[in-house]
Amino acid sequence: MALLQRRRMRDRDAMIYGVLLILALAFPATVLYATGSSALISQAGHAGTFVLLAIGLNVVVGFAGLLDLGYAAFFAIGAYTYALFASSQLDSSPLHHSFHLPFWLMIFVGMFVAAAAGVILGFPTLRLRGDYLAIVTLGFGEIVPQLSYNLPQWTGGINAIGGIDSPSLPAWITGPWAGANNIAIIRPDVCPVLGSSTKFAPCFSFGFDPIAFYVLIVIMIIGAVILVGNLHRSRLGRAWMAIREDEVAAAAMGINTVTTKLLAFAIGASFSGFAGAYYGASFGLVSPDQFLFLVSVTVLVMVVLGGMGSIAGVIVGALVIYFVLNSILPQLPSTVESLANTFGLNSLNVQNGDWPGLAQETQRVSFLVYGLILVLMMLLRPQGIFPSRVREQELKHAAVQEDEAAVEAAHAG
Amino acid sequence: MAILELESVDAFYGRIQALRGVSIKVDKGEIVALIGSNGAGKTTTLRTISGLMHPHSGTIRFDNHDITRTGPSTIVEMGVCQSPEGRRLFPRMTVVDNLFMGAYTRNDKPGIAADMDRVFTLFPRLKERRTQIAGTLSGGEQQMLAMGRALMARPKLLMLDEPSLGLAPILIETIFSIVREINAQGTPVLLVEQNAYKALEVSHRGYVLETGSIVQTGSGKELLASEDVQKAYLGM
Repeated sequence: MALLQRRRMRDRDAMIYGVLLILALAFPATVLYATGSSALISQAGHAGTFVLLAIGLNVVVGFAGLLDLGYAAFFAIGAYTYALFASSQLDSSPLHHSFHLPFWLMIFVGMFVAAAAGVILGFPTLRLRGDYLAIVTLGFGEIVPQLSYNLPQWTGGINAIGGIDSPSLPAWITGPWAGANNIAIIRPDVCPVLGSSTKFAPCFSFGFDPIAFYVLIVIMIIGAVILVGNLHRSRLGRAWMAIREDEVAAAAMGINTVTTKLLAFAIGASFSGFAGAYYGASFGLVSPDQFLFLVSVTVLVMVVLGGMGSIAGVIVGALVIYFVLNSILPQLPSTVESLANTFGLNSLNVQNGDWPGLAQETQRVSFLVYGLILVLMMLLRPQGIFPSRVREQELKHAAVQEDEAAVEAAHAG
Repeated sequence: MAILELESVDAFYGRIQALRGVSIKVDKGEIVALIGSNGAGKTTTLRTISGLMHPHSGTIRFDNHDITRTGPSTIVEMGVCQSPEGRRLFPRMTVVDNLFMGAYTRNDKPGIAADMDRVFTLFPRLKERRTQIAGTLSGGEQQMLAMGRALMARPKLLMLDEPSLGLAPILIETIFSIVREINAQGTPVLLVEQNAYKALEVSHRGYVLETGSIVQTGSGKELLASEDVQKAYLGM
């Protein structure tokens, strides 16, 4: 039965990946054709950053069962690593010299620096369990943005680091979807300057081609999924699973629990650092308030809601939460306003005394709505949108036990 | 030929001394029982052997190596395997996956498959339930799985912590006869038990622990016949 179920899960995951891949491939051309602007593609690239973060945090939380509440710190470390060494920021630092190192080098440096930070934080703290580890990581997540606020001579403090070098993306990465010619074929009105083609994307200023960044993040996500999927099935993946189930038993099996947990932490952090460097490059600006506690929590919500431990699940979770946060919530006020107009409740839209008008009021309670959406989703699917096999069993098993306990209690009564 | 030798081992939990000069040894091919009441230090002795805690003083030697300060994962690799108290299965994994976890430190696929067969011959019940989730097994089946999992490491010394705990009498019989069978196949066993009668019955030798020190030792038969042991542990 379990074998059958395992096969069913694999089929389900394969289908999710297939659908996601088709959507990802069709997305840029569709958007360009439908809207004529690449704003949505650029937003999708940003969403991709969060997908990458969720995949990384899933290793820590979903596979190894370590609650990390400061995940954004590693994201920040990756972003700052790239920003410092690929902008003129260090000119005004005590160093008086800036570097402008290439993106392709720095994205891996960012990854390793974040992984190193993970090891340094993890080594003394991974002996802690559960809540204690969560608190330490929470503290670390606060320290890193505070450091960048308070070291303005290095990080620019509240003024952020701007003018970050754009990566030079090879022409093939922009793919057959992008470039002047393709856009011109789809929408001649968008791209009038044919022929003046540089080797990248002539329709957009050099290096700010959102399609290129979009393609880059899609490739990075595919790479991450393959990598993490293999990790999950490896010996290390089984060791993580054992530690999550029962740490003492895992140690009794001969698993070196400290090293294994440290590896989960470092691998999770390296994904975050990788995503951070990409984020710095694609956004061109890195400031401390992009890495606050809210980011850590958002990524955690994506993982839990998508289905802890299931890679396909957390990808969908990340996309759903990103969509809710960045599309549904911002549009909510105007949607509500027009709805009120349709139903003849125009008076609600007018400011009157303490009443700020429906749109304003909706704006104010938008995070309440977000909370409600989260609560509803957790009530409807407590195991996540696409749970992992183990997690699904866990909840089923708990439910069975509860039922049995209830029956016993009824008999006793 | 001693495979395991503890020499005047002292161990502490914080400032509380749990073991006082404990010296025991297990020879190759033996079943040795460690009996004593609650809190006597039986589980602590196992924990110091398996490296989950380290003694304050004294030495532990296994297979001619000093393992006094060695970490648990290395000790498992050397061939000491413990079926811990309370079984500590991986409740959300299947029976087969639990058994595979037991072979975590091993690399030889054919050897692992052979040992899996051996475990299934010893415990036919586990074979019937191979794809079942471990947490849904009955208590006796869980104990069988815990022992089977320990065997998957192909141990040079098998340590069993309270294998009869919470089992029906008929299952206790089965478990102890399997302990004997495992031993007959060549694996020395260190058995920690509150069920002193059963433990001494199957053991070649035994030690009696009381508040952290060894107070009596002898062959299984001698201890069963001893008045002190009968009074204190057998309720005669």
